Amino acid sequence: MEPTLKFFSGFAPNDLWYMGEAALRTLWISVLSISLGTVLGTLFGWMLYEGRRAAALTLAPVLDVFRSVPLIIQLVLFYNFAPIVGLNLDPFASGTVILTVYTAALVANVARGGIEAVGAPMRRAGRSLGLSYWQDLRHVVLPIGGRAVFPSWVGVALGVMKDSALVSVLGYVELLKASQILITRTQEPFLILALAGAFYFALSYPVSRYATYLENRWAQ
Amino acid sequence: MISIRDLHKYFGALHVLKGIDLDVQKGEVLSVIGASGSGKSTLLYCINGLEAIQDGTVTVDGTDVHAKGTDINTLRQKLGMVFQQWNSFPHLTALENVALAPRIVKGKPKAEARDIAAKQLQHVGLGEKLDVYPSALSGGQQQRLAIARALAMEPEYMLFDEATSALDPELVGEVLDTMRLLADEGMTMICVTHEMGFARDVSDRVAFFHQGVMEEIGPPAQIFGDARSEHTRKFLANVR
Repeated sequence: MEPTLKFFSGFAPNDLWYMGEAALRTLWISVLSISLGTVLGTLFGWMLYEGRRAAALTLAPVLDVFRSVPLIIQLVLFYNFAPIVGLNLDPFASGTVILTVYTAALVANVARGGIEAVGAPMRRAGRSLGLSYWQDLRHVVLPIGGRAVFPSWVGVALGVMKDSALVSVLGYVELLKASQILITRTQEPFLILALAGAFYFALSYPVSRYATYLENRWAQ
Repeated sequence: MISIRDLHKYFGALHVLKGIDLDVQKGEVLSVIGASGSGKSTLLYCINGLEAIQDGTVTVDGTDVHAKGTDINTLRQKLGMVFQQWNSFPHLTALENVALAPRIVKGKPKAEARDIAAKQLQHVGLGEKLDVYPSALSGGQQQRLAIARALAMEPEYMLFDEATSALDPELVGEVLDTMRLLADEGMTMICVTHEMGFARDVSDRVAFFHQGVMEEIGPPAQIFGDARSEHTRKFLANVR
């Protein structure tokens, strides 16, 4: 009998490993982008707060663009147009750059809100003790304002982790891209998408739980 | 000595302090009284440089507070300040609240800063509350915490900005007692206050402010018994 040529093969236990590795890539690009984006966004938030008019005229509109334009458009535009200016970035690097800037644009407003939440009287109390501007920012504003906006920041971080799925359009094999590849091979979209969802949940849920734990501890 | 000469302060077009001249000697307790909006609190903010001034000078032990070259952060270590709102740092325990500035500003080792803090908390009667967070303290306790926090920097002057105004009436006494204690220990104090009893009993001099002008200054007996200014008499008649 002639051997049949098989285009499709069912879901195998090995494929779970494949998805697990992809989930780690999702985690890696998310952690990297959220960390860098948070640092950059905090800096932007501080500039928005301190720069007032100047920042409102220059920085704020730029951040608005990154917040408003759909992430998938930003990714495709950046990935395809960066080489024109001599930047030959692979999908991972392109994705990281855009996710970082996108995170920063979202975190900027959160950070500004955090600084505002501390309020002038508290800062005067700090300064009256002899704390310099930077010491006050580090030891009074950061811990107090940071806690005030921590839930918003967690929301941004979890959102960005899910949005990192869009980097798949550049060909970076993270969780969603890996799922698409497996679906093509196995023709079992329901099972594989459910598994991918479970992986995303497994990544998000501990973060969300830990955040709740921290909030409760601070509330005491 | 704190020396104020022809001090003018504006908030936009609003002329808040209109040419204040005032000397406060070491060891003196000065109470500043007057209606809300008379510029009393602003005077304190101008003394430790939390507010910029538009004209005149403020010098503390010969250092011009508002001069360009002045290291204001170092100067402020001499000038403890207690606010109407106590502004305890909510993320730190009572002990950490008080130890923060000695550690960060003066660079004291952690253990030494905590010793200083414990001593100052004992001083204001909060020796039992070292590891308690501010949210678990009453308003009066938080205000005493704020006093301890200022004292931990070993200031030579203490500025009190209506330290009891935001407190429930039954909590005012404990804060005034702490302020009395400091006065008895010889601390130089400028107290913006609505507590006329405190002003009369504890201060060496009382200044009355009216619409940005220091209308009158003198010993409590004179201000409360024989005020020269019509505004002072009217104000005192209303608050009694």
